[in-house]
Amino acid sequence: MKTLSSKAAAAVEKARSEGRAALIGYLPAGFPDVPTTIEAALAMAANGVDLIEIGIPYSDPVMDGRVIQDATVQALAAGFTVPQIFDVVRGITSATDVPVLVMTYWNPVMRMGVREFASRLAEAGGAGLITPDLIPDEAAEWMAVSDEFGLDRVYLVAPSTSPARMRSTVEASRGFVYGVSVMGITGARTSVGAAARAVVDDAHAAGAERVCVGLGVSSAAQVAEIAGYADGVIVGTALVAALRDGGVPAVAALCKDLSTGTGKNPS
Amino acid sequence: MTDIHQPAGPRVSGAAPHAEIDSDAAEAFLSHDAHSASDHESLRHAPGPYFGAYGGRWMPESLIAALDELQETFEAAKKDPEFTAQITELNSTYAGRPSLLTEAKSFAAHAGGVRVFLKREDLNHTGSHKINNVLGQALLAKRMGKTRVIAETGAGQHGVASATAAALLGLECVVYMGAEDTRRQALNVARMQLLGAEVIPVTNGSQTLKDAINDALRDWVANVDSTHYLLGTAAGAHPFPAMVRYFHEVIGEEARAQILEQTGKLPDAVCACVGGGSNAIGIFHGFLDDPSVRLYGFEAGGDGVESGRHAATITLGRPGVLHGARSYLMQDEYGQTMESHSISAGLDYPGVGPEHAYLADIGRASYEPVTDREAMDAFQLLCRTEGIIPAIETAHALAGALKVGQRLAADLAPGEQAGDKVIIVNLSGRGDKDVATAAEYFDLLPDDSAEQEIAQEGEQL
Ligand SMILES: Cc1ncc(COP(=O)(O)O)c(C=O)c1O
Repeated sequence: MKTLSSKAAAAVEKARSEGRAALIGYLPAGFPDVPTTIEAALAMAANGVDLIEIGIPYSDPVMDGRVIQDATVQALAAGFTVPQIFDVVRGITSATDVPVLVMTYWNPVMRMGVREFASRLAEAGGAGLITPDLIPDEAAEWMAVSDEFGLDRVYLVAPSTSPARMRSTVEASRGFVYGVSVMGITGARTSVGAAARAVVDDAHAAGAERVCVGLGVSSAAQVAEIAGYADGVIVGTALVAALRDGGVPAVAALCKDLSTGTGKNPS
Repeated sequence: MTDIHQPAGPRVSGAAPHAEIDSDAAEAFLSHDAHSASDHESLRHAPGPYFGAYGGRWMPESLIAALDELQETFEAAKKDPEFTAQITELNSTYAGRPSLLTEAKSFAAHAGGVRVFLKREDLNHTGSHKINNVLGQALLAKRMGKTRVIAETGAGQHGVASATAAALLGLECVVYMGAEDTRRQALNVARMQLLGAEVIPVTNGSQTLKDAINDALRDWVANVDSTHYLLGTAAGAHPFPAMVRYFHEVIGEEARAQILEQTGKLPDAVCACVGGGSNAIGIFHGFLDDPSVRLYGFEAGGDGVESGRHAATITLGRPGVLHGARSYLMQDEYGQTMESHSISAGLDYPGVGPEHAYLADIGRASYEPVTDREAMDAFQLLCRTEGIIPAIETAHALAGALKVGQRLAADLAPGEQAGDKVIIVNLSGRGDKDVATAAEYFDLLPDDSAEQEIAQEGEQL
């Protein structure tokens, strides 16, 4: 795993130096509109989130559960288009130092052209990409282009990942490795289970310096549990639901609460 | 991999590659039995994961282990005489293989007077080619120790076939189907339920076949230990395209032997409809290394490709990734999948299997759109001339065959007769399911009849 000038790595390391796990918050772009996405992301940054993840709404989000699907369908219906992701990223990075990763299914990137997408993302101040349906095996072009533009490439590892794939995926990643906590899709769960810990341990054993856990995390208690063994905790669905139900203030309040769980040794 | 920029325009003529193929035709035919297509690298049995720049595994990491397990199980099964014997046995004693090859003499009069032969997949158990694939995959599911299969379906053909195989082999079966479709295809839903399957209406996204695949994939990620995803066409992530083709290769193998027996020579053209591409690749495969045999895939042209309401993926799509494979894809300028339209639910899919994308690019097969109207005209013609009611999907292949026949007849060499030319059409399914749609289309139902009400909603009885 390469650390060289990685914005995502720096954010996780900063949290580590403060004796805690990084808190990573996800929201889809354009839900309910672009200005609100930016406002909500800045509220996350101001309330304890170390790293912001912005998703590109896509027609076929196979890794997403109902809450995120509904939000992205709404964003697309309201007219969100892929190039607006750069406005969102620029809007956030021009107002905060908290880095922004873009989470995207691969076809929108291919359609724009991997190089063009990367250059515009870098220009907007983005840190890199989280790619839920791109595995390193298919990523030769993205590997080269992300090196060229100094972008992070966050791949996923799962409870089903073989030891050999764990090693190659860790090796291909930059920033951190995204540990999928359960075999399933996004959506709040009451418990993330023992599988998450095993994924993190395996990824560390395979050489990963930073492993962050996502899928199903919705409460400060869960954050605290995962912070006990992982380098960062990713929260998505719960934040999307908060934005849907209570707007930006609800996002701010939830982040403040979640961030109380990041301490490595909660007393 | 590099981003390959394909021209977005139609590529239906493939002029240059055809010229080359034609010059080799006679020699290839003469030398066929000894060594087919000796000057060409064989296109048969392409193992994947890649077909040229297409195919691969554009899939979440969570599913890669399951794809690996499936691939290993499939590779081992192919080499296991017990497995191949099981397939042969089920094909002959359950599915009804070999399917007939029927000459359609009266229909052929409308195809420029060339000879037209129908590969009768409509006579298989459950009424289409789909049974070939589901039996094979259900056996693999058992070999992997899985107790549950899931499937997607549009009109319900693949769902019914999957429910059938699951019932036969004692597997639990769950079928994902767009909510609209479950209402419009209430009888096919009942069929699946009679066979013991659970049908889950999909209310996500555009609520169509592609969304049913999305939900099946979501189910699979969460239940992969117990569950096999029984994908219904030659698309998706490796090993699905090569594996689904393998189970359908029997169509082409039989057809090739049958046409040689009935006419003493290879056909001039083979025609099939293309949704995801499974029936087409199944019959094409038998002839891939016979350069004299032209291969034609007919896509759903809907209201006409210029109308924007169609499913002509290869004709008008651009390379992209969907459901695990890189292939041609109907997508907008931002890479969002577009909704497809066709009178035929089985062709109404915005993607296509990657091997077809490759065969199109190298010019080995040609893909052309057929409109709803052309398909329905051919549907009626086959009913009236041959006493065979085809599936509306299949009617696209029949409409295409009429054009191919007329072109062959217009292009005869000196001394050649139209009757020397031979076309095989893959009659992929029977039209029982389409009677209400067709009756409504041809205005055969009395006003205010219950049937008309159902048919207006697209019910396929
Ligand atoms: C009779 C029939 N033919 C063709 C198709 C299209 O599928 P494919 O392109 O995979 O053969 C279907 C799909 O439902 C079908 O039912």
